Amino acid sequence: MANYSLKINGKSVEVDVDPNTPVLWVLRDHLNLVGTKYGCGIAQCGSCTIHLGDAAVRSCQLPVAVVGSQEITTIEGLSENGDHPVQQAWLEHDVPQCGYCQAGQIMSAAALLKNNPNPSDADIDAVMDGNICRCGTYVRIKQAIKTAANTQNA
Amino acid sequence: MTKIRTQYNRRSFIKISAAAGGGMLIGFSWLNACKPNAPEMAAGLPLPEEWYEINGYIKIGDTGLVTIYSPNPEIGQNVRTSMPMIVAEELDVPWDHVVVEQAPLNTGFYQNQFAGGSLSIRLSWNALRMAGATGRRMLLEAAAKEWGLGVADLNASEGVISEINGDRSISYGEIASNAVGIEIPEEVELKEVKDFKLIGTSQKNVDGKKIITGEPLFGLDFHRDGMKLAMIAHPPAFGMTVGDFNADEIKGMPGVDDAFVIDISIDEPAMFDEKGFHQLVAIVGESTWPLMKAKNALRVNWQTTGELESTAIHKKRLADALVNGQVQESRKDGNPEAAFRRAAKVIERTYNAPFIAHNTLEPMNFFAHVTADKAELIGPTQTPEALEGSVAKLLGMPIENITVNMTRIGGGFGRRLYVHFGLEAAAISKQIGGPVKLIYTREDDMTQGTYRPTYSSVYKAGLDENNNLIAFSVRGAGLPEGPVFPNRFPAGTIENYSAEKILAPTNVTTGAWRAPRSNFTAGAEQSFLDEVAELAGKDPIDFRLELFDRAINDPVGAEFDYDAERYAGVLKLVREKSNWNTPMEGVHRGVAAYFCHSTYVAEVFDMVMENGNPVIQKVWCAVDCGIVVNPDAAANMIQGGVVDGIGHAMYSQLTFENGSPREMNFDTYKLIRHSQAPREIEVFFVENEIAPTGLGEPGLPPAMGALANAMYKATGVRYYDQPFMGMERKVIG
Ligand code: FES
Ligand code: FES
Repeated sequence: MANYSLKINGKSVEVDVDPNTPVLWVLRDHLNLVGTKYGCGIAQCGSCTIHLGDAAVRSCQLPVAVVGSQEITTIEGLSENGDHPVQQAWLEHDVPQCGYCQAGQIMSAAALLKNNPNPSDADIDAVMDGNICRCGTYVRIKQAIKTAANTQNA
Repeated sequence: MTKIRTQYNRRSFIKISAAAGGGMLIGFSWLNACKPNAPEMAAGLPLPEEWYEINGYIKIGDTGLVTIYSPNPEIGQNVRTSMPMIVAEELDVPWDHVVVEQAPLNTGFYQNQFAGGSLSIRLSWNALRMAGATGRRMLLEAAAKEWGLGVADLNASEGVISEINGDRSISYGEIASNAVGIEIPEEVELKEVKDFKLIGTSQKNVDGKKIITGEPLFGLDFHRDGMKLAMIAHPPAFGMTVGDFNADEIKGMPGVDDAFVIDISIDEPAMFDEKGFHQLVAIVGESTWPLMKAKNALRVNWQTTGELESTAIHKKRLADALVNGQVQESRKDGNPEAAFRRAAKVIERTYNAPFIAHNTLEPMNFFAHVTADKAELIGPTQTPEALEGSVAKLLGMPIENITVNMTRIGGGFGRRLYVHFGLEAAAISKQIGGPVKLIYTREDDMTQGTYRPTYSSVYKAGLDENNNLIAFSVRGAGLPEGPVFPNRFPAGTIENYSAEKILAPTNVTTGAWRAPRSNFTAGAEQSFLDEVAELAGKDPIDFRLELFDRAINDPVGAEFDYDAERYAGVLKLVREKSNWNTPMEGVHRGVAAYFCHSTYVAEVFDMVMENGNPVIQKVWCAVDCGIVVNPDAAANMIQGGVVDGIGHAMYSQLTFENGSPREMNFDTYKLIRHSQAPREIEVFFVENEIAPTGLGEPGLPPAMGALANAMYKATGVRYYDQPFMGMERKVIG
C-alpha cells in the first residue's frame, strides 16, 4: 500500500492503495466516482476512458503509481453541468440505449475533438473503434460527434 | 372515447398502499437520495412540499409536478421513457411536468414487471392507459365535488381542470390533495387514438442527462455504507464442478475478508433458474482490485463430472441430429416428397451459426442484504419477480420478506432473465451476515454460459418449369433447441411444405438471446429465399410478395402465425422508400423481411465496394409495430438491432475446447465496432392505429439476411456460415 496524491477534476485527493491498482478502481471504489465504467479490464472496450492531461486513456490499464502529477478528468468533471458540446450533442441526438458505454464514448469523442476539431469519418472511426457499444448506437454517436464539432467550431 | 373497465378496485388500491408500508409508495430513487445538493426544481417546477398518491403509477405534488412510476426493468429499450409517456397521455399532463421513478417490484399491483420478449409495451398498453385515465378521472371528480358540479361540466387538459361553461380553473397540483380521498373509478374513458397529443411525439430519454454526466445509475454503481464487495469463480468448463481450494492462502491475502464455496441449487428450479454453475467459490473484501488479485491466486481442484465438449463435437452432433435427431415440432402440408421429385429445379443449402454470448457491457452484478428474517436485493434484473421467488426458495423465507428493486441495466439481450447472480449475491450475504455487492469480471461473465445455442438448418426448395415454388422444406437442429418455427412464413404460402424442429444434447448452458431462434432463422431463411428467387429469375421483393398473395387469397393449411397483409406492407414500404426499383450504379442491394415478437420489419442494405472491401452505405428499414409511442427512440431500437444483427452475423463466435469457451474477453471475442457499422440507418414506420407491439428484438433478425444478400451482390459470394468474417476485423468500413 502507498499514499498517492492525485489531481482529479480540478481537485486534489489522497488515496492509500496498492501501487498497481488501476485508476479505474481507485475512482470507482475509493473516490465514489462511478461514472467511469468497467467493461473488460483489458483495454478492449473503452468503457473506462478518462483524460490524462488532454489524452484519452483506458483507466483499467493505468496503474495509479504512474499517474504522478498529471491531471485526470473523468466524465463527472468534463463540464460543470453536462454542457460540454459533446455532452450536449449526445442529448440532441438522444444517443444512449442502455447508456453503459456512453461515458467512455463521450470521453473518447471529447479528446478526439480537442486534438482534431474537424475529424473526417475515417478519423472518427480510427479513434472511436476502441469504444464498444454493445447496444449498437454507433450511427448516432458519429452524428453527435459531427454536431459537436460544428458547435465547437462555430 | 372508449369506455373501459379499470380492473382496479378498492382492494387493489389498499393492497398497494399496504405494500408501501401503509404510507406512500416509495419508488426506487436511492440515487437522488444520496445526492448532496438535491435540486430545488425538477421539470421546470418547484419541488413540492407535499405529494399526493393518486394510484400506484401516479403521485402529484402541490406544485403540479407529477411523478410517474415506471414499472418495468430498463435495459436500454427505453421503457422508462415510453411507459410513463402512455400514463401521461391519458392523465393529460404536460410531459415537462413529469419526473419518472422506477417502481419497486410489486406483484400485487403491477402486472408483467419483466423485460423480455419485446413485451413491455405490448402487455402493459392497457394498464398504463388505464392508470393515467383513472388518475384524470379522480382529479376531475375531486374538482367537481369542490365546485358542486358534475364531472360532465368539466374538462381536464394539460394538467388543468376547467369549467366548460364558466371561468373557474384549477391545476392538478392544487386539487391533488382532494383526489386522494376519491373512490378509484371502476370504469374510465380512454382517449381516441386520433386525440393523442404526447404518444407519437419524440421525447428524449428521461435518464439522458444522468447518463451523459456519469451519475450513478447502474447496478454496478450501487453503494450502501458498510457494504462488502464479492467476486466469484465458477468452473472453467461445462462438465466440471468445484472441489476444495486454497482457502487459507486466499483468506490471508491483503484486502480479502473471507473466501468460501456457495451453493445456489434449489429444489424445483423454475424457468430462469436452470443456468450456470450451482457451486462457486466466493471471495469477499473491501474493494475490487485486491479481489481480482485473489481470484488470480485461486487454486481450485475442479472436479470433472460430465463430458468436456468441443466445437468439433458440437458440429458433429448438429450434423447427426439433422439426419436422425429427435423432432420436437413439425408441420406438413401437401406432399413435399412427391413435389420435390417432380420439380424442374431443386436447390438445397445448409446454414450454420455458432454459440454466442450476450456480453451486456455491464457485467453481471447484484447487491444483497440478507438478515435472519429478511432479504433485500437491488440490481440489474430483467425478471425481478422470478428472482424474488428463487431467493425465497434458496433462503427458505416467505416471499413477503423479500424485496427486489431494479437499477438501470447496462444491457439485457436476455442475459438478465436468468437469476443466478442474484442468488449468488444472496448466498454470499447470508454467509457473511451483512450487505454485499457481487461483481463479475468480463471473463466470469463470458464463460458462465446461458449462450445463444449453436444451430444448423437445411433448407430445400423445388420450382416447376414455370419457376413456381411448388415444394419447400426446412430441417433445423440446435444444441439444444432447434431453430424452426413450423407455422411461420413461408408456411401458408406453398402447397407442399414441411418444417421440422430438431433437438440435440449439450451440457453447455443456453438461454434466450435477443430474438431467440429468430436471430438465426431469419438470416438463413431470408438468404435462402434470395437464392430461390434468383433461381426462379424473379426480383426478390416481387417473389416474396407473390408468396404473400397466396397467403392472403388462398392460404395453404389450417393455420399460420402472421398477418400476410402487414408482412407484405413492410416490404412494399421499404421498396418505395429505398427506391428499390431504381438501381444505382455501384450500389449492391440486399433485402430481407421478418416477423417476430408481433412486429414486422423489412430491411434493404445498400453496399458499395471501397478499396476492394464491401461497405454498408445505408440501411433502410420499414417497421410495423402498430402505434409508435416515441418515434425517435423507436428508431434507435431498430438501428441498434440492425447493428447488432450485422455484428453477430459477421464477427462474433464462441468456440469450445475441453468444455471451456476459448473466447473469454473482447480481445478474442469480436464485437462490431464503429468502423464496421453502417454509415446511415433510416427507419420508417407504418402508420396505423393498432395497439403497439415491441421493438427490442424485431430489428435484429432481418439484418442478418439482408446483409448476406447484399454481400452476395457486392462480392458474388454467398455466405452460409456465421460468423461470415471469422476472425478478421476490418471488413466493413
Ligand atoms: S474496462 Fe478498460 S477498456 Fe474495457
Ligand atoms: S448504449 Fe448500451 S453499450 Fe452503448
